[in-house]
Parts: sequence; C-alpha cells; structure tokens
Amino acid sequence: MLILILRRLGSMVLIMLVVSLILFAIFETDKLAVAGKVLGPYSSTEQREIWLEENGYNQPFFTRYVIWAGNAMRGDFGQSLQLKVPVSQVLWPRLANTGILALCLFAIMIPLSLFMGVLAGMKEGSFQDRAITVFSVLTTSIPEFASATLLTAVFVFGLGWLPGTSSMTAGFSFKELVLPVLVLLLYDFGYITRMTRASMAEVMNSQYIRTAILKGLPYQRVIMRHALRNALIAPFTVIVLQLNWLLSGVIVVEVFFAYKGFGKLLLDAALFGDIFVIEACTLVAVFVAVASQFISDIGYTYLNPRIRFS
Amino acid sequence: MNNQEQPVLDIKDLCISYYTRAGEIPAVVDFSLTVKPGETIGIVGESGCGKSTVAMAIMQHMGSNGGIKSGSIKFKGRDMTQMSDEELRQLRGSEVSMIYQEPFAALNPSLLLREQLMEVPLTHEDINREQAYERAREMLANVKLPDPDRIMNSYPHQLSGGQQQRVVIAMGLLSKPALLLLDEPTTALDVTVEAGIVKLIADISRKYGTSQIYISHNLGLILETCDRVFVMYSGEVVEEGTIDSLFTWPRHPYTHGLFGCIPLPTADKNAAPLKPIRGQLPLPHERPQGCYFGPRCDHFQAGRCDGDKVDIEHVTGSAEDHMVRCLRWQEIDHTKEAPGGEAKEAMELGGPVLEVNQMKKYYEVIDSSMKALISGDRVKYVKANEELNFNAREGETVAIVGESGCGKSTFAKVLMGLEGGTDGEIKHDGKDVSETLVRDRTDKQISSLQMVFQNPSDTLNPSQTIGGQISRVIKKFGVASDKDEVFNMVMKLLDTVKLPRDFYYRRPRQLSGGQKQRIGIARAFAGNPSTVIADEPVSALDVSVAAAVTELLMDIQRENKTTLLFISHDLSVVRYLSDRIVVMYLGHIMERGTTEEIFEPPYHPYTEALLSAVPIADPEVTKREILLEGNLPSVMNPPKGCPFCTRCPRRIGDICDNEMPPERQVTDTHRIKCHIPIEELQKVEPVIHVPAPEERLGKPEVPASTH
Ligand SMILES: Nc1ncnc2c1ncn2[C@@H]1O[C@H](COP(=O)(O)OP(=O)(O)OP(=O)(O)O)[C@@H](O)[C@H]1O
Ligand code: SF4
Ligand code: SF4
Ligand SMILES: [Mg+2]
Repeated sequence: MLILILRRLGSMVLIMLVVSLILFAIFETDKLAVAGKVLGPYSSTEQREIWLEENGYNQPFFTRYVIWAGNAMRGDFGQSLQLKVPVSQVLWPRLANTGILALCLFAIMIPLSLFMGVLAGMKEGSFQDRAITVFSVLTTSIPEFASATLLTAVFVFGLGWLPGTSSMTAGFSFKELVLPVLVLLLYDFGYITRMTRASMAEVMNSQYIRTAILKGLPYQRVIMRHALRNALIAPFTVIVLQLNWLLSGVIVVEVFFAYKGFGKLLLDAALFGDIFVIEACTLVAVFVAVASQFISDIGYTYLNPRIRFS
Repeated sequence: MNNQEQPVLDIKDLCISYYTRAGEIPAVVDFSLTVKPGETIGIVGESGCGKSTVAMAIMQHMGSNGGIKSGSIKFKGRDMTQMSDEELRQLRGSEVSMIYQEPFAALNPSLLLREQLMEVPLTHEDINREQAYERAREMLANVKLPDPDRIMNSYPHQLSGGQQQRVVIAMGLLSKPALLLLDEPTTALDVTVEAGIVKLIADISRKYGTSQIYISHNLGLILETCDRVFVMYSGEVVEEGTIDSLFTWPRHPYTHGLFGCIPLPTADKNAAPLKPIRGQLPLPHERPQGCYFGPRCDHFQAGRCDGDKVDIEHVTGSAEDHMVRCLRWQEIDHTKEAPGGEAKEAMELGGPVLEVNQMKKYYEVIDSSMKALISGDRVKYVKANEELNFNAREGETVAIVGESGCGKSTFAKVLMGLEGGTDGEIKHDGKDVSETLVRDRTDKQISSLQMVFQNPSDTLNPSQTIGGQISRVIKKFGVASDKDEVFNMVMKLLDTVKLPRDFYYRRPRQLSGGQKQRIGIARAFAGNPSTVIADEPVSALDVSVAAAVTELLMDIQRENKTTLLFISHDLSVVRYLSDRIVVMYLGHIMERGTTEEIFEPPYHPYTEALLSAVPIADPEVTKREILLEGNLPSVMNPPKGCPFCTRCPRRIGDICDNEMPPERQVTDTHRIKCHIPIEELQKVEPVIHVPAPEERLGKPEVPASTH
C-alpha cells in the first residue's frame, strides 16, 4: 500500500512536470509574442526587446522554465494582463468560490444519488428501478442552460423567491447559491445514480449475494453488509473524478448566473489572451485532475481488499 | 438407517419451468425424490438436464424468471413451496445449506471470512460474538484447514481454491443443517485437491449425520460419495437406485450410455474404445413424444417408445428402490451393453518426430515488494519448465499430466513457438525449432505442428463463417489454392470431424461447445500436421461430447499417423488414450514411462498420489487412499530440494528438502526423479486394483481382452 502511494505520488509529480513544460513551451517559446501581449499590440519591437531584457527573458529556455516553475510553486504566477493585479490575487478567491459550489453540490448529490442508485439496482426491473432510471436519464439529457433558464423563469421571475444572479457582490449569500447548485445537481445526479444502479445490479446478481441470501441472512443485512460496500466501489471512483468536471466544466452555469468561479475566470482569460492567468488556471486544473485521480486510485485500492493485499 | 424415520426431504411430482421471451421452458418434469436422514443422494446427468434447477428449487431460489408449476417439496414434513419468505429465511442456512461450484465467486470478496462465517450462527441462533467466533474456528478446524485463526482473518482471495471450498463447506455446516446441497463442488478444483474435498464430504455425513444431495456430471465422484443415485435426462429421472445396484446392474439405455462414455480402467483405445451417445440432449421445449431418450436410443422401437409418456417402474429382481423409466428394459440384453465399443486396430509407431533436450523456460518477473526494492534484487525468475527431456514417435500419443500450474501449458507454448525457450533444444521433423518463434517459422513448419485448445470459443473468429476460417488455414499453409479444391477439402474435413456439411456457412456462435471443439480439431488438422498438441481438449466438455471428441481425435490420428501430445490433468483419460506418460510437478518431469509403467509400481510418490485421486466409476475397482496435505508451492518460491518435498507422503528426510533428486532409470523407457531407491519404490502396492473379469459380480461379460 505504502509503495503504491509512493509510486502514485511519483508519477503525479512527473505528470505535473511534463504538463507544465508543455504549457510553458506553448505560451512562452515565442518571447516576442509574450512581450506583445504584455505591452499591447501597438508597442514597437524595441520596446518589446527592452521588456524582455528587463524581465530576464533572454536567458536560455530551460533556465526560464525552472524560474517560472519555481515561482509557480510559490504561488507567484505573475501579473494578470486584464485585471492588472497579481494572478494569485484573483485565482485563490475564484478557486474558493468553485470549492464552495462543489461542496454544496456534493453534500446533496452524493447521498441522494447513491441512495437512488442503490434503491434502483437492488431489484432490477422493478417499478422503483424503472422510475428512477427514467427520471435520471431525463434530467441528465436536459442541457444545463435549458434547466437554468427554466428554473430562473420559475423561481426568479415567477415566484420571485431567489435572486437571478449569483455574483455575490454584497458578500456571501446562500440564497444566491441555490440555483447554480440546483442546475448542476439536475445535470450530474442522474449520471452518478445510473453508475450506482449498474454497479449495484451487478453485485445483486453475483454469486456471493446468492450465498448470502441462501445463508438465511435478513434482507437488510444482505444489502447493508454484503452488497453496499462492493457496489459503491465503482461510483466512488466516478464521484472523485467529478471534481475535475466541476472545476472547468461548469462554465455554462457560472456564466449564466454570473457566478465568480474558476471556470469563468478561465473563460475570461482565454477570451482576453491573458496568458499568465491561463497558465495558472491550466496548472491548477491539471493538478486537481491528477490529484483526484490519485485519490480515486488509492481509495479504490483501499476499498478493494483483493488489490490491497496483493 | 431406519426406513420408518421421517424423510428429511420429500419431493413429489415437481415440475419447474422458466419463463422466457420465447415462452415457457419446462426444465424439470415430474421429479420425485426422498432423502432419508444421514443419506447422501447423487444426481447425475448431462449439462442442461436440470440438476441445478432442482437444487435451486429446493432452496426456493429460482431467480426472477423461474417458477414451480406443481408438486411439493416437503422438508421434514413441511411443504417449502407454501412457506412465507420469513419461514424460508429461517430454514436457509440453518436447516438447509448449499455448497457451490465456484467457491471463489461464492464468497464475498471484500468481507473478512470471519464476518462471513460468524454471521451464520449469529443470524440463526441466540449466541454472542465470542461464541460465534469459537464455533466458526472450530468448524474450520473440522474441515481440516490448517491455522484456523489466520484463515478467520483473511479475505477469500488470500486462500487457494481448495481452501476456499473448505471454507464454504464449513460455512454450510456451521449451524448443523439437516440437509446439505452440493452443486458440482469440486469441478473447479485440481484432482488432488478434489480428492481431499470428496473425502471431507464423505466424512461429514458420517460425523454430523447430515443428509446430502450431491450433484455432479462425474459418475466416479458420485460413486465415492453417495448412497443412492438418480440419473437425470432432459428434466426427468430415468433411473434411480443404490450405488451398488445401479452401478453394477444399470438398466436404462441412457445409464449404459453414460458408462460407455467414461474411460473406466477397463476401457482401451483399441480393444474397448469409448462409445459416445449419439445426438444431443433435446431442449426442454423440443422434447420428443413418448420416451425423451428415444432419438438417441439404440433400442428405440417405433410405435412403442414414441407413444405415451413412459412411467418409471421398479426393476424386478433388483433392490427395492431400483427404478427405471424404459419400456424395454426387460427385453434388452444388458450383458451386451457393457462399456466398450467396437474394437479398432492398434497402430504401428513410426520413427521419432519430436525430440526435446534439456529444454528450459524461465519467465522474468519484476518483484515490486518493499524488500526487493531495498535489496535491489528486483528481477526474479519463474522457472516454468526445468530441463525437460522427452521425445515422441510418429503416430504416438504422449500425455503430459500434472496439476494446474505445473508448467504443462508453458511447455506447449514453447513447442508451438508462441514463446521462446530459455535454453535447450527442440527438434521437430529433424529440424531445430527451439530458437524460431512462430512468426519466423515457415508455413510448412507451422502447419506441421498444430494445436487444439481447451476453450474452442477463444480461438474461433466470431465474425467469420466456419467454412471461411478453415479455408483460410488450408490456403495459408499451401495445401491447396484452387477454390473448388479448397471447398472440397473443407467438406471432407467437416465429414472427418463428423459435422453436417452445411456448417460451412455457420458462424461460431451458432455452435455448441462440442461442435466448436470439432471445428478447432478440423482447423488443426487442415494443414496435415505431423504433430498436434491438444491442451485439455475435452475438459470443458460434457461427458458424452467429451467421449465423442476423444474418439474423433483418436480416429483422425489413426488415419494420419499423427503424433499427439495430450496435455491433461485427468489420469483416466490419459490412461485410456496414451502410449506414454510424462508426469510434471512444478516445472519438473518427475516420472516418465509407458502407460503400463506409470500405472504399475514402482511409482514416483507424486504419481502415486495422482493415481489415488482419480475417481473411478466402477464399484468393484478398489483404490489405496493417499491424500496430499497442503497446497502446491508457488513457482516464484519453489523448495530448494525436491519440488514435491512440501507435500510428499514418503519424504525420507533432510536430503529431500536440500538436494534435487537424481533421475533414476528403471527401464529403457521409465525414469523416476526421487531420492528413494527404485528397489524400495518397487515394493509398494499398486494403487488401483481392477478385479479380473471372472471375479466380477455384475459384469462377467466384460471382454477378456482388457488389461
Ligand atoms: N434462468 C433460466 N432461464 C431460462 N432457462 C433456463 C434458466 N436456467 C436454466 N435454464 C434451462 O433449464 C434447463 C436445465 O438447466 P440446469 O441449469 O438445471 O441444468 P444442469 O443439469 O444443472 O446443467 P449443468 O450440468 O450445465 O450445470 C436447461 O435447458 C437450461 O437451458
Ligand atoms: S423407452 Fe424405448 S427409447 Fe426410451 S430408453 Fe427405453 S428402449 Fe430406449
Ligand atoms: S525425493 Fe523425497 S520428497 Fe521428493 S518425491 Fe522422493 S521421497 Fe518425496
Ligand atoms: Mg448446474
């Protein structure tokens, strides 16, 4: 187990190095272009060269990379071109916002979808199974912007219960979180539910469940003790990997509700060509991707004694 | 046993159907059976005849599409078909338990065995956890598991297959059930492990008075474990009786057929070959009028056997519970029904075809444990084959036997050139092929050395017609290239493997397992090979299909003078068809010799144990019992001295642990690798005693020419 963790950590570091190198190569090989981005399109070539000299850009590529990577590790990603503040100043709050969104979403979605999935998979083909499956397919197939529009129409304009934007300009507000979370929930919950259902149904058809039933165990014990743990291994992996999606895949929702999240930041930066922000965001996104893969691998191993002890 | 006692189980006129989209499938019809206290009942029959369906009906666990149509299953006088779910639950696991075919699948992979065992008494009895733990531990010791405490705290995957099955048996016995159902409990296990489990099962009923129902397709195992036996055919019982009466005086043509399919010690590939039952089991909804066995029966009489449904009746003159479902059992001359088909001519052996000298195959593995990481000693060798020497002549059948993991299949792979040998020399048709992998061999070399695999489905291309696949082989090996000629050859091959010619246009998924294996054989023989390696070609097949495929192989071999390397773990088949036998253990050849030499003393101690483990379906054959303790050592970590020293019942001392035994020569053809001198080994009794034909009670008619 310890070896596995060490090995995984090692490969994590390696992936980060490779990705950051590629990233750096893409954005900063062409030095003049960087200077152009910083100084604006109307700057002259001399101005750009002076800027390059001042900012140490005339050193060899790898030296620059090492300095850049070192700074990034200390949280110094440079200056945002668009916002004219250090990148870290915008990055962390945005990340925190997305974190809050994710936390709320997970807190509701995980128990709900696991429960529904288990309920459906317990008796394949039963009424509850078909009802849950149809419902989850339905909600997943509605695009996020459609459900966002619909929910806004009902709760904001119709009932007037909730605010229509979630920019949190007046400080943190739970009320503003409700709609984004709801939209994401509708979209993602069906996926996890169906994963759980499939996994549970497979477990319920397995021979060891037959053994448990034919041992005369109460049905409740068969489910709780024998089926659940095995059935939850697969969904666990998927849930952890959802973190990735939450980080960069929820742009639609963030834009729709003007929520100041990570995705929105990345989108704005990309549109503006704010290279240092793009670099920072990409690094963070890759880090989260690698880290969640790491957690899900380790968790999978831990939950699965067959792998854990071999 | 007291006949007045109330039976433990009383099944009357049970009809079970599955409901599928294609309609109702009457899987079991009018099945009746009683089990008395302490009695072990065997149920045998071909695959699909409804054995498992009966077992699951007794457990009242029919799945979502199965249902009991009529009849009753009375357990100690109470009808289980009328019980509520709660009543059933209380019965399951406490009064009726079940043991399954695949122990690994039957155990929960992510729960400690402790939990899985303790929950049985905790559910069914009013005891606390300490008492439950003690009970579980005790039961593990009773099923002869070493170190019960360690096993209690293990997960299923940490045990070997045999140990897992013992745990499942312990689990079934924990609450001292009155009835134990065993559905093919040893089919997934190695022979020597099987022998241990069979002994355990036989001891259980004696020790706890548990009644058992033992389901198997293997008549030999039924003989070793049961008191009474039910022969099932297509959902109904066709013959039943005590082991003695039914095995000695079988009366139903199907029972005769089953005995004719298995290689008993009296069978002989030339004098008394196997006699497969022709045709195949009808699907439940395609059963014929009258006697279900009619279309396959040699005694079928039109107008009689295809009339009304045949009733089961008592065999007059035999034991009172010997029953048979055949209209003509009194007319049939049963002496002519004894196993053994028409004699065939023995084959002349030709010159040497295959020579293997000092062949070695090591696999390199990377050890990723912490210890290896620190010591830097990360590359280890798995010695799959160690200095193999052997040769085969034209037309000869050489068998390689041994338990799983002994290196049989590695050897086959190296011969085929699928993998390179590590050292040594392999000469085929006079040419050294040890260095040439299959992709570097000429088509001629490849076509002259072909292979038949254990699982035919794995090697057939599912998207191509049968004809297309065989034609391709013929063209590839340059046997013929003209379109018509190739077509005719495929037709001839289909005839040879006894398949209808229109199979040319079929695809693999439309074929049964036996038919696929025939295609596998046809393909192997398409390029006129001089040598064919058959790796467990019949072990995945049903008895009568296996017999047919075995005979087919023998016939084709006879015709083409092919050299056959037959890889198997089943010594009874091996004895039946091979001229010479090589016994392997942990990558080493422990003994080799002609078939007679292997089956007579002097034996290698491992051969001796293997012989004792073979179940033989003949009540008059006696065996000496030798049980092996422990498991096969890991090939990663073999013993330093004799590979067999960890389990050898004849181990003579430290020399066995520390020194590799020498290969001793008994005769020109017979070698034994053991520290015990040949003279000593010579003195041991034969393991299997087959009575002379004139000493026999039941079958004085067995042809005198056999052994
Ligand atoms: N769930 C099912 N649905 C439909 N038909 C089934 C089902 N289970 C079994 N059958 C059919 O019922 C018949 C009896 O099957 P069963 O499994 O009892 O045979 P068996 O004697 O145990 O065979 P084997 O030796 O292969 O285990 C077969 O024709 C089989 O195809
Ligand atoms: S009843 Fe007729 S067909 Fe059936 S087994 Fe007897 S002889 Fe054969
Ligand atoms: S050498 Fe020793 S351990 Fe090996 S088979 Fe002979 S007696 Fe047994
Ligand atoms: Mg079965």
